[in-house]
Order: sequence, then C-alpha cells, then structure tokens
Amino acid sequence: MFKWFSITCDEATTICDKSQYGEASFSEKIKLKLHFLLCKVCALYTKQNSMLTKICQKKTAQNNCLTKEDKQAMKKVLQEKNM
Amino acid sequence: MPHLTNTNILNPDTWIDNYADYLYNYAIVRVNNEDTAKDLVQETFFAGLKSAKNFEGKASERTWLISILKRKIVDYYRKINSKKGQAEIKMNFYEDGDKEGNWIEERVPQRWDNEAEKQIESEELRNALEHCIGNLPEKYGLVFRLKTIQGFETEEICKELDISPSNLWVIIHRARTQLRKCLEDNWFKK
Repeated sequence: MFKWFSITCDEATTICDKSQYGEASFSEKIKLKLHFLLCKVCALYTKQNSMLTKICQKKTAQNNCLTKEDKQAMKKVLQEKNM
Repeated sequence: MPHLTNTNILNPDTWIDNYADYLYNYAIVRVNNEDTAKDLVQETFFAGLKSAKNFEGKASERTWLISILKRKIVDYYRKINSKKGQAEIKMNFYEDGDKEGNWIEERVPQRWDNEAEKQIESEELRNALEHCIGNLPEKYGLVFRLKTIQGFETEEICKELDISPSNLWVIIHRARTQLRKCLEDNWFKK
C-alpha cells in the first residue's frame, strides 16, 4: 500500500510539471500531495515552478512583424532569383 | 471564380508586402527563433516562385503559401529531432544506485527571497528567462515554448514533432528543472 503511494522526487516533480498545464491525473495529484508531506524540497520546487508558469504567461503572444529592412532584404533576394 | 493572372504569380514583390508578416507570425510561434522563422519565410517564397507554374488557383494565394510553409516547418522539426549529441541537459536527479530519483545535492532548489513574487511583472526577469530558454538544447527549448508560451495542445505538439506524450513530458520536465535552476543562479540568487 505504502509502496503504491511512494514516488521519487524525480517522479514528483514530473507530476508537478504536468499539473502546471492541468494535465496531471487525480491519482497523480494524490501521490504528489503525499510526497509533499515527506519532502519539503519538492514542495518548494512546486512553488517556484508555479512562478515560472506565471512569468511565462506574461510573455505570451505579442504580435510579431518583420522590419522594413527584413522585407527589403527579402525582396532583393527574391528578385535576384526571379531574374 | 477569379483566375489568378500571371502578373500575380510573377510579381513576388506583392507577396512580401501582403504575406510576409502573416507567414512570419505563423512560423515564429512554431520555431525557436527569429532567424529560423525569417529563413523559413524566405524559403517559402523561393519554393513558391519555383512551383508557381503548378499553382492551379484552387486555393487563395495565401493558403497556398501557408501550405508550403507548413512543409518547411515539418522539415525543420525533422532536422532537430534527428540532431544527435547537441548540448546535453544537466541531470537534476540521481539516475541509478541507492539514491535513484532523489535530488542531486547541488541541484536542490534553494529558497528565493520574499520579494521574488513581486518581480513577476519585471521585464528584465522575462529577458532573463528568455536567456535561460536560449541555453536549452534546441529541441527542449522548442517543446517548452510550444507548450508553455504558445499554449499548443500536447497532442498537437506530439503530432507535429513526431514524439510520444511520455517523451514530451520528459522533455518538459527536464526543461523546467533546468530553467528553475538557471533563473535561480542568474536572477534570484543575486
């Protein structure tokens, strides 16, 4: 019984990573919570990992454009090819 | 149905003004960096030019160019999938022996100061993260970006990159443990 619940830190942090995307299963989440009782390091990892997620969310989706210079350069190369 | 005239196809100048940004945006969210995205767009225009005579006018010009770009991106994925011996990732857990699966002592997370939470909005912190992602092996950086920043579904990434879901989670896991350590060393420890 205990064996079933017991996971390594490697496994615990993998579950933690999955749960950052809402993709950890119910039994995985239980295992993770139990692991936290025994392991403060992984609990800390989880806290910092959530922060990493938050920083990434701030980075999301700016619209990217090519600069005028980029486009000019592309045109030039393309024209040469088209000759 | 409007027929595409020859001038439309033979005048690549309008392609760049009309579609370069669109294609670039499509590419940049799927590949790791700006230069790669630019190259892919350029190659797409080349390929379009080369096969212009095969264009039947069934799809719009833009759709047709995107379909070429998609093939270019798949080729790029194949290339980084098969790249061997590139910058390897540092292990965070013992891989065998008594301590298998435990944290390696010097990789154990350290406490960040209480101010850490307040810095989330910081532009420099975002740049520091960007730098850390750039230090990952190309494939790891790419998978992490697609999943975390671009919000692609697991299934979609697996299909496009031809990897299994468990493979994807191993990559995400290694990337995240690496990024945590990198941010700690370069930012939160200061």
